[in-house]
Order: sequence, then structure tokens, then C-alpha cells
Amino acid sequence: MSLPARVTTLVIAFLAVVAGGIYVALHYIGAQPPVEDYTSFASNGQVNVTLMTTPQTTVTDKPDWVSYFVKDPSTGQFVHTTYFKVPADTQVNVTILGYDGCTPLRNPLWGRVTGVAGGVEHVSIYNGKSMSATQAVSTFDSWADCSVQHTFAIPGLGINVPVASPNTVDENNALCGTSPCVANTDDQANAPHSVVTFSFMTPKAGGTFRWQCFVPCGGGYVDGNGGPMGTPGYMMGQMEVQA
Amino acid sequence: MAAEASTPAAPAAGSSGGRRDGLWLLIIWIVLSVVGCLLVYFVWGPHIPPGDMSTSAANQQFDLTVLGTIATPVVIGVLLYFGWAIAFWRQKPGDETDAAPIHGSARISALWITVTAVIVLCLAVFGTYELIEPAGSGSGQGPQPIFQHGLPPAASDTSWTPNSNNLLQVQVIAQQWAFTYRYPQFGGFETTDLVLPVGQAVQFNVTSLDVIHDFWAYQLGVKADANPGVNNIAYTTAYHTGGFTVRCDELCGIWHGAMYDYGSVVSATDFMNWAHSSEIKLASVTKMLPPYALTYDPTVLAQVGKVNEQLGLTSAGGGYYNPADPEQP
Repeated sequence: MSLPARVTTLVIAFLAVVAGGIYVALHYIGAQPPVEDYTSFASNGQVNVTLMTTPQTTVTDKPDWVSYFVKDPSTGQFVHTTYFKVPADTQVNVTILGYDGCTPLRNPLWGRVTGVAGGVEHVSIYNGKSMSATQAVSTFDSWADCSVQHTFAIPGLGINVPVASPNTVDENNALCGTSPCVANTDDQANAPHSVVTFSFMTPKAGGTFRWQCFVPCGGGYVDGNGGPMGTPGYMMGQMEVQA
Repeated sequence: MAAEASTPAAPAAGSSGGRRDGLWLLIIWIVLSVVGCLLVYFVWGPHIPPGDMSTSAANQQFDLTVLGTIATPVVIGVLLYFGWAIAFWRQKPGDETDAAPIHGSARISALWITVTAVIVLCLAVFGTYELIEPAGSGSGQGPQPIFQHGLPPAASDTSWTPNSNNLLQVQVIAQQWAFTYRYPQFGGFETTDLVLPVGQAVQFNVTSLDVIHDFWAYQLGVKADANPGVNNIAYTTAYHTGGFTVRCDELCGIWHGAMYDYGSVVSATDFMNWAHSSEIKLASVTKMLPPYALTYDPTVLAQVGKVNEQLGLTSAGGGYYNPADPEQP
């Protein structure tokens, strides 16, 4: 092989390796969940955001991971993501459909509702047959009773909301088995779940705020801290505030 | 003979073309060093991080100022010699002869060894003193105030008043990805706000609920690892009121970079008002907390097991991930 041919071959091989590295970095490491954009759906200084928790993620290759879903405001379908965008200086009315079972909080402090309107969340529980009356709750004791499944916390805004859970053995043994738990299959909507609502104001300045669950819910990982707890799109995400 | 003929005569030591390089270098070096040391100590020193917001921060700033001042003549000497060589000793255009051979000099060697040994030994003495006396070596970080404030039972873990013979106890609890703070002398309430009184000795008890974190109150000059099952102690006394930044300084997961918050130093009166109001406001959640302890292991808490037993849940979808969980790797 001539010298130019060898040089050309070497350069091509080098570029191929570099391109492969860039592809791996972008595709696997830099991959981000889709962002559900609620900004155009705000009216009168308010916007409604709907989230869902599920005991599994059957729409991914991690079916045994718990996860959040975000409702697509355009289609009404729940999308497997934890990234959403809302406008600045707007009241965000959040509804969380909590389809997972209970897990005690690692730190009971996260059982206190903070940073939301009135310092309370409004909770009703569907036990598979009927929906309970809505109650305003300011503090959950997850160590005394089976009452919390996950939390929705935005530390940068001082927001912490425990997501109430179905709280009996029968309810926890009859959790939804396919995710997302509503919209796609009507029968799953009958699984026991909680409906949690609360409101908070977004800051006047824009920015990106991370949110997370403070329940160690990564089953199969050391002390429940890995897996979905440390992966965007499952138990942690970002709220982008558009100024 | 041919070699001798092609090699120009070496200039006299310490001079070049009639100029006494050594003398000039020495004079310039002394002048620049004096000016540089004064600038570093008095002008730059007060602005060296982490500032002087607390005893521990001021100690670190003083140490860095002293080290910077000592290093100044050395840095100036190296740069001056470098510049002088480029300016006056560089090879002239067209001159391709070798430079004069270098011979050993016992006087220069002895001077070099003596000066460097003196510098290193002085730094060792200074560093050892600073480590033991103001910084409290062996007991975490920050000045060690135990002997000023008495040993237990003189120090109380259940009550505190300003200017008393007591330390304000603040427990730092790290978890992925937030710090929370517990005040055992005010009913043991826990909060996400870190508030400290000015001019009062504080003892931080630092621990973690999950993985390894690191509590770094930057402007206070306090930094201590937060390890699960370990109580790491650090001391400080804030000199000034104001805000400070708290960061995690140990890679602890995907959102390690977002694990930060802000604390504040307020007057003793304001602190007491805040502490008492927080104690009352957080009473409902304080009673749910485990009894105050220097470390916590949530996997063995009886309360947690009780919930699991009630529900018969042991894994995802309900249970807590205790060490006996077969899913635990």
C-alpha cells in the first residue's frame, strides 16, 4: 500500500472512531427526555400542569422502575418525561395522579408541605371503587402510616409536596400494572390511586429549576438511591420557567 | 588549540560587557520583592477567599496571605532571572558558538540549600502552629472552642442562650440532593434554612442519610465530609452578619452540582426569635422526626419496619429498602 493510501486509511479510521465517540456521547450520555411545553396554554395568569406517578415503566426498557409521567397539553396523553416548561410569574396549578404504593420517607421532614399556596395540598384517594372526599393536608407522617408514595420537590423554590398514596394492603396489592395508568387503557384508570392538587407561583425571572423525589424509590439499588432516582425522565426532572 | 581558537573567552562571572549582572539582579530583586510583599499582604490579602466572615474563614485567609507573601520573592526571583536572561544573555544573531561551560560552585550550592531549607522549615513550623492552635487539628475544622466553653456537662445539648458557656449545636444532614439542618437545643426541629447568630461559637455535626456528601459553607470557611453513619465535627464563630453559600463538595450523584443553598448570619436576638418561631412552626413535623442523634440509619428504624409490617410490603411499590431486602445488591 502506498504512503498516501496508508495515510488516507489512517485518517478515515481516526475520524470514524471520533464520530463513534461523539455519537455515543450525544445519543446515550447527552440524551434528554422530551419537554412538555405548557407556556402557550396559560391564561389569566394561570396554567394547569398534570403529572402522574406509576409503579413501573412498561413503555421503556426499564419496566421495573417507578416513574413520573407528564401530560401532553396538546394531546391529553401522558408522555414518559419529567421535563416541562411553564411561563414566568404565573400560578401553576398542579395535579398529580399518584398510582404508586407507599414507601416511608427517608427523612420525615419531607412529609411537610412547603412552598405552595396555603401551605397545603388537596388529597383524595380512589380505592378502586369510589373516590374519597378531598382533604387539605399540610403534613404526612409516613413512618406512622402508609401515606406517601413519592414527593414532588423543587429545592430552588422551596417547594416540597409529598404525593399521597393508596394506604391499605388491598389497594397496594392492586396497583396499576401498565404505564401510563390512564388515557391509554381505561381499565387502568380504575386502579387505586391518589389525586393530589396544589398551586405555586413561578418566579418573575426565567430559569431552569430541577425537581426530584425524596423517597428512596430505586428498587434493586443500594438503599433505593440509584436507578430511577438518578435518571432524568423517571424520578427527577426539570421545570423550565420562560420569562 | 583549534577548539580554543573557535571558542570566545567566557565573560567574567557575574558580569557581561562591563555590567555587573549579579549586583543588578540582587538590587532589582530586593526592590521588587519588598514592593510585591507589601502589595500581596496589605492590598491583595484582605480580598483572598474565603474572606473574613468567620474565625475559620479569617484563619484560612491569613494562612493564604502569609503563604502568598512568602512565595512572592521566590516568584519574582524566578521571573526576574528569566527576563534578564532573555534580555541580556540570549544568543546574538550570527553567533553559533557554545556558551561558556558551567562549573560547580560550592558557595552557590550551599546558599541554595540553606535558603530553601530555611523557607521550607519556616513553612513547616508556621503550618504546624496554624494547624494545631487556631484550626483545631484532630477535631474537624475551625477553631477548637471546647476548652474555652467547658466540657460537658457544662455544655448542654438541650438548651442554648447567647453568650453562654455553651456551643450552639447545628446538625447538618445531607441527602441526595439537599442539606437539612437540625437544632437540638431548640426542641430538635429540622429545617431547610441554615441560620446562625453572629459572634457565637457554633458546632456543626455533619452526617448523611445516604451517600457521601460534603458540607462546604464557603464564606464561613467551614468544610466537612458528610458520611452516612459518621458524625464529622466542625467549629466556627461568625464575625459578621450576612449571607453565605452552602455547597456539596463531594460528587454525590447526577444532581451534585445543584446541591447548594444559602445560609445567613443574623444578630443573636434575631436568631433567638427565628429559632423559637421555627420550633413552634415546625412542631407538627418535629414530633415525626427520629430522636436527635449524631447519626441516623433509616434502614433499621423501628418505625419504618412497622409500616412495612402493617402492609406486608417488601419491595418496589411499597416497601422500604432495608438491608434484608433480597433485591438489595
